[in-house]
Amino acid sequence: MAESVVTNEAHHGAPGGPEGEATRRDFIHIAASAAAVGAGVMVAWPLINSMNPAADTLALATIDFDVSKVMEGQQVVITWQGKPVFVRHRTAAEIQRVIADNNASDLKEPQTDQERTKVGHEPFLVVVGSCTHLGCIPTFGTGDFGGWFCPCHGSHYDASGRIRKGPAPLNLVVPPYEFTTDTSVRIG
Amino acid sequence: MSGHESTYVPKTGVEKWLDTRLPIVRFGADYMSLPTPKNLNYWYTFGAILTVCLMIQIITGIFLAMNYVPTTAGAFASVERIMRDVNGGWLLRYVHANGASMFFIAVYVHMLRGLYYGSYKAPREMIWILGCVIFFLMIATAFLGYVLPWGQMSYWGAEVITNLVGAIPLIGEPILIWLRGGPAIDNATLNRFFSLHYLLPFVIFGVVVLHLWALHTSGQNNPVGILIPKDREKKDMIPFHPYYTVKDGFALLLFMTMFAVFVFFMPNALGHADNYIPANPLQTPAHIVPEWYMLPFYAILRAVPDKFGGVLAMFGAIGVLFVLPWLDTSKVRSMRYRPTMRIFYIAFVINGLILGWCGGQLPDAPVIGNFSTFNLIDGDLNSFLWLTRFATLYYFAFFFVLLPFVGLKETPLRIPLSISEPVLRGPDAMSGAVPAQAEKKG
Repeated sequence: MAESVVTNEAHHGAPGGPEGEATRRDFIHIAASAAAVGAGVMVAWPLINSMNPAADTLALATIDFDVSKVMEGQQVVITWQGKPVFVRHRTAAEIQRVIADNNASDLKEPQTDQERTKVGHEPFLVVVGSCTHLGCIPTFGTGDFGGWFCPCHGSHYDASGRIRKGPAPLNLVVPPYEFTTDTSVRIG
Repeated sequence: MSGHESTYVPKTGVEKWLDTRLPIVRFGADYMSLPTPKNLNYWYTFGAILTVCLMIQIITGIFLAMNYVPTTAGAFASVERIMRDVNGGWLLRYVHANGASMFFIAVYVHMLRGLYYGSYKAPREMIWILGCVIFFLMIATAFLGYVLPWGQMSYWGAEVITNLVGAIPLIGEPILIWLRGGPAIDNATLNRFFSLHYLLPFVIFGVVVLHLWALHTSGQNNPVGILIPKDREKKDMIPFHPYYTVKDGFALLLFMTMFAVFVFFMPNALGHADNYIPANPLQTPAHIVPEWYMLPFYAILRAVPDKFGGVLAMFGAIGVLFVLPWLDTSKVRSMRYRPTMRIFYIAFVINGLILGWCGGQLPDAPVIGNFSTFNLIDGDLNSFLWLTRFATLYYFAFFFVLLPFVGLKETPLRIPLSISEPVLRGPDAMSGAVPAQAEKKG
């Protein structure tokens, strides 16, 4: 180690200029280091990128589902992109309650119920069924707000899937979806 | 490894031939003859125990990997096949699973020993930091391994722990998807966790080599905590082999007896029964708990009401260990001679056990009896939520308040001048005679 330091110092005083001034040899050091960093990034990126979702995983983007199978007051859990999706056919009382709560002060992520459903299909609520805290699946009916309750760390959601109490920071996520017919939804 | 002069003398012709070409026997001989303080107690045997734990995990792991199938469709069944059909597979699996618990028992004792005797203080900071790196890698490896059987706890543990990364603002979500290899925990996740669970133990092995290299360079600490002066080396040091190889071997035997009791008589006592249910992405078990050795850190995570704040607190609890050598202001190494700090140390150990207990309970459950006191901010005062918060507070206060300030204020006891002194004479004996003795000898 000590030897190489001495050699470096000797090189700095090498032909090209007086002590302390940039020399052509300094440029070689910079160019070589830059090339090494560039090469390192070029080698690392394909390795890192190989861990991003593969083509066949991305291909599982959309699914179709017939909502007429879901009776009023019932909830069906379907799998979309490996995640559970709740399709809930809400009762009139539930809808009334969540609309009344549209401006409630305890909403952490204020959203109206209308923003979370499709016009003309208000009874149907489609949300990704994983708690926005750490991903557990909430159960319906046991919470304080007539919606879901997450058993892992005690988050309460209302029947619109909005977070009302507990550690979860956000409302249950509404996935991108549309009604392709009166009874069929395409999620994704 | 440097640290002391070579005392190896090649005797046979083969040794002489080899020594001038590749002095590997010299390396091994010097390594084993390291001068070691003669007053080491049984708390100092856990380094050797940990080395054996690492070897057991690597070897059983390699053989388990010969029969394990890292796919969501095959993983759970392949583990059951190992249990039922592979010759002695049940033994391999239970040794590997309980081996992780034994590894953590030993590492916690090892770390608390270092904390008590000031083994992290100058000139041993690098030993400590490398040890912290090993500890962090151990947690990562154990987590990845627990996912592999693809039971309910595996799946939902992976869900919760990878979600911690998703809590990072802005870049969290892309990193989460990158880590999982898709929008959810799935085959891609399991497959890469298998690959990394295989890789990390070898990284740990490499850091262990550096850990020992640093140890052999700065020298072994001892319960008195004093540096042994050059002229006392002959009196206060003994070669590692055969004295400590035999002592470590005996401690190892006792430790392995405990290990065997777990493997043969209660192999599932330390695990969670829900991991015998195949993973179900559509149903979360009612009560998710991590393995016992992660409970204290899991408790700290839950103590903070904010999602990202909890993640920061949990990683901070491990991160603070890295800077420990610079938080302790006391010049005295061993807490044997620090009467005030010793009390806070004992409280710290008890506090760690309380954190572990809290991590296994539901946050809202009452601690004492079934009565409620009063609501403080977001939970009843008589709940595990608040007990966890007080314990978390003490955990951080120990590092950031007690270690820096008690070190400046306290009056340490008189420290012996040599490690022979407390044995040969009473603590009040004149120390003047000790250097004279050494002079006579030298």
